[in-house]
Amino acid sequence: MENLDNTLDKLVASALSAVEAVADASGLDEIRVQFLGKKGELTSLLKALGQLSPEERPKAGGLINKGKQQVQDAINQKKALLDQRALDTKLASEAIDVSLAGRGQELGTIHPITRTMERITDYFGRIGFTVEQGPEIEDDYHNFEALNIPGHHPARAMHDTFYFDDTTVLRTHTSPVQVRTMERFVKNNENPPIAIVCPGKVYRCDSDQTHSPMFHQVEGLYVAEKVSFADLKSVLIDFLRVFFERDDLQVRFRPSYFPFTEPSAEVDIEWGCNEDGSIKWLEVLGCGMVHPEVFRYSGIDPEKYTGFAFGMGVERFAMLRYGVNDLRQFFENDLRFLDQFR
Amino acid sequence: MKFSEKWLRQWVNIEVDTQELVDKITMAGLEVDDVEAVAGEFTGVIIGEIVACEQHPDADKLRVTQVSTGSESFQVVCGAPNARVGIKVPFATVGAVLPGNFKIKKAKLRGVESFGMLCAEEELGMAESSDGLMELPLDATVGQDIREYLSLDDKIIDVDLTPNRGDCLSIAGLAREVSANFLADVTEEQVAEVAPAIDDTFTVNIDAPQGCPRYVGRVIRNVDVSRSAPLWLTERLRRSGIRSIDPVVDVTNYVMLELGQPMHGFDLDTLSGSIHVRMAKAEEKLTLLDGQEVTLNDNTLVIADEQKALAIAGVMGGEGSGVSEKTRNIFLESAFFDPITIAGKARSYGLHTDSSHRFERGVDFQLQKKAVERATALIVDICGGEPGPVTEVASEAHLPALREVTLRSEKVTSLLGMAIENSHIEALLSRLGLGMIADGDGCWKVSVPSWRFDISIEEDLVEELGRIYGYNNLPESTPTALLKMKQVDESQVQESDIRRALTARGYQEAVCFSFIAPELHKLFDPQHEPVALSNPIASDLSVMRTTLLPGLVKTAGYNLNRQQSRVRLFETGLTFVKEGDELKQEPMLAALITGSRHPESWQGKAEAVDFFDLKGDFAAVFELGQAGNEFVFRKGEHAAMHPGQCAEIVRDGNVIGHMGALHPSLAKTMDMPAAVYLVELSLKAVTKGKVTRFSALSKYPEVRRDLALVVSASIAAGDIERAIESEAGELLRRVNTFDVYAGQGIEEGCKSLAMGLTLQHPSRTLKDDEVNELVDRVVTRLKQEFNASLRQ
Repeated sequence: MENLDNTLDKLVASALSAVEAVADASGLDEIRVQFLGKKGELTSLLKALGQLSPEERPKAGGLINKGKQQVQDAINQKKALLDQRALDTKLASEAIDVSLAGRGQELGTIHPITRTMERITDYFGRIGFTVEQGPEIEDDYHNFEALNIPGHHPARAMHDTFYFDDTTVLRTHTSPVQVRTMERFVKNNENPPIAIVCPGKVYRCDSDQTHSPMFHQVEGLYVAEKVSFADLKSVLIDFLRVFFERDDLQVRFRPSYFPFTEPSAEVDIEWGCNEDGSIKWLEVLGCGMVHPEVFRYSGIDPEKYTGFAFGMGVERFAMLRYGVNDLRQFFENDLRFLDQFR
Repeated sequence: MKFSEKWLRQWVNIEVDTQELVDKITMAGLEVDDVEAVAGEFTGVIIGEIVACEQHPDADKLRVTQVSTGSESFQVVCGAPNARVGIKVPFATVGAVLPGNFKIKKAKLRGVESFGMLCAEEELGMAESSDGLMELPLDATVGQDIREYLSLDDKIIDVDLTPNRGDCLSIAGLAREVSANFLADVTEEQVAEVAPAIDDTFTVNIDAPQGCPRYVGRVIRNVDVSRSAPLWLTERLRRSGIRSIDPVVDVTNYVMLELGQPMHGFDLDTLSGSIHVRMAKAEEKLTLLDGQEVTLNDNTLVIADEQKALAIAGVMGGEGSGVSEKTRNIFLESAFFDPITIAGKARSYGLHTDSSHRFERGVDFQLQKKAVERATALIVDICGGEPGPVTEVASEAHLPALREVTLRSEKVTSLLGMAIENSHIEALLSRLGLGMIADGDGCWKVSVPSWRFDISIEEDLVEELGRIYGYNNLPESTPTALLKMKQVDESQVQESDIRRALTARGYQEAVCFSFIAPELHKLFDPQHEPVALSNPIASDLSVMRTTLLPGLVKTAGYNLNRQQSRVRLFETGLTFVKEGDELKQEPMLAALITGSRHPESWQGKAEAVDFFDLKGDFAAVFELGQAGNEFVFRKGEHAAMHPGQCAEIVRDGNVIGHMGALHPSLAKTMDMPAAVYLVELSLKAVTKGKVTRFSALSKYPEVRRDLALVVSASIAAGDIERAIESEAGELLRRVNTFDVYAGQGIEEGCKSLAMGLTLQHPSRTLKDDEVNELVDRVVTRLKQEFNASLRQ
């Protein structure tokens, strides 16, 4: 019995030191087989139990099993340690340089003019305006006559019109879309309210630093019963404050003249200040109450309905919004310019 | 219109500074564009007289002058070519400070001492450039401060008048506006009648009373046109941007600026018989004051004598009949020409004059006599002479009627969105010279003065009211509307969604001009004749595009020339195609790719894009409307595309566009360094989609069979796929080509296609037998239709 104790202690100690010393999983497995395997040295001690007296057997068996357990625990612990080390090594070897660029396409860009038109029509869309479009090669009637600009009118000279022949022009403004929409309402026996915005290209025979022969406008029209100048003011002030995201933006209405509105106004917004500290005003919009003649041309009763119309230059809004200082950039489509609107 | 602020203030005296004046009239609708000082800021410049002038001993171009200031005399070295004894000029004394803080000091010029400087207009900030000393009238007082003498503490106000406000194209008109806005009185100089000194008249016949309802004329004999108009008058002209010509022209211009009546002075001795105001004869010729000979149209009103046309009425006088240095006797014209008759005429001859500008907008039709009296007084004052009696020919029937417009206070309330008290309405409108006659409660008959051509309907009066009341004092109210929802068509793909899909795939949106060069058009679309502008801005912007492709290719070229090697662009916009008599303005979507497939990367080698990159990107766009499978690609033809790499895109049996490689010879013409792939198609065909209908998912397994087919190289895989679809019928979930091979092991002129068929039954597991039978049927069909064989 004493002999067994001795042998067991030696075996366990030898196993534990072997486990301690081993450095890899296969070595550890060899140790397991050597001591705990079917023919392992500790397992063999159990087989020798038969040589002991029946009284000694339980105690000796307990001791051997305890020894075996001790060795098994050490092996398990070592195995976990070795696994962890192996994982650490693998992870370290798999590290990547996360600062390198990703793969695939870069995001493209929406043209700033489109982006601006989308913003404008979106804001009006939220208060119930729908988008209407029309032809760019227009007839004289829709571009001028029906907007109360007869052939001899001095306002025609201001338009620098591109002509194809005497009666066909490139539209000089998006206002003909108003006329076409009102005509459609009348033709379909529909009644106002009409609330539309008309974004699109327009053309004037003028080209220099600040004029492009092609540019963009958004026209708006609201026709209903009892629409007043007060409604016009409110809607446009709201719009300008929303567009420029400034609730305190100062806006002023200045009397002006358009043949298709009466009263007419130009709208200025504050844009910085002058040297003397006074507000610097910048013209951004033209607007007014729809002229009764325009209603008559389209077949809408001006005594029953009133309305307002407005028109704005998209390039100007885009320039102000994004700080673009050269109109021509919009049409050169230089990728370095477009890239900035990503 | 440009005018001297001092002149205006003489007519209407207001106690406000320039800024307040300018702000107020701007806010009344007379938009001030610019305010500039009449002269630069300077001090110490007085009137000097050159009393001696000698050549500089050591400099060819310099003169040594002695300048008298009355009490003293100074030696001044001067380089101006017009320096000579006897002239009076602005003299900057030592200590003077000229514009730009330029201090005048005692100096030595090539060894000769100089005490001060003789000035040109430019040096005093009175002109952009000048070619010599500013010569002052000989009666100028030597020693007087030049600022005081020329009244230079004045500003030039440039007001940008809208075309409806022709009545403000004069100091008198502006004064009326200012008076109404500041509640100040107009102090108008009374124009006295000048009594005739002789009985001479010149007969005037109005043959076209529609165009000229009133003509007032006057003969003045023995005028001395060698005299000059006084400095105050020419300075006022100068401040309005009008050059001094001769005393008669200066006076007529002055009266035009002062009262708003354009006038003309004829040399009486050149006139033959009598004046006829008539329409021009067709092809009639007239040489104008500016030396240009024009061929008149018969819609043009002219002033003629019995022989020939002398002037285009209301536009410009003729060369031979105007006042010249030989003129002794003049005939003054002051007429009212009908705005509609005059409108557009100047422009049709390539002209625009101060006169046509005013007559087109409307001149006060009661002003003519007053203007003649004013001009006569000034001319006689300056040039002497004996005036005859004023003659007037008028056709009352053709003169504009004095209008009366009804105004209802309820209209005011409904249009402005606020009520204004009746008494206040009367007060505000009266200030503008409108006659207010009450016509029941809150209703007036408003008489419109003869100078206001722009007021003819009630709304015009409401505008006047709002304007004088102040637009910014009017209320704001948010409109209310019924919360009525509008239908939105879900099957319709929004253009903005298409843009987002393309930008997600790396495309950048371009906006190109709608007009292009005709040569460029021909390269891309020779089969269509483009619509041409009759007045293009430049020849390379003269025809309307029938396709978006040239713009994109040009834009790509522009960027490739700027060190960009990878370009992905798209554009949407109208194209303009003439088909017979019909002009189609169709919205299109186009795109272009060139360069590497992906942005330059640290990984792998850059691969150039090809057709299938573009096709893959657009397949995604087609999927937006849930109808991607309806877009079919067939081998196609396009003038701008590679004949072997061009597809027509078909939907519902209609060709909706083309995709392909830019034709190599076109690529060479356009200087493209790398292969370019293009697509253009009808935007409407892409935005038309459908709403998904759910179909039940099958619980049963899919079966896949792969076929390796050998076919002639010219057969399109898509055609085979469609044949398989039609033969396999409902059990076929999908078919796809997963390999294309030609080369070793495949007969020359043939290719091998590997196609995977995925089959599934909705309600049971497919049996091997039926799958085999189906595949056999497919193979037989492919054999018949395409002579396809299974690869051994």
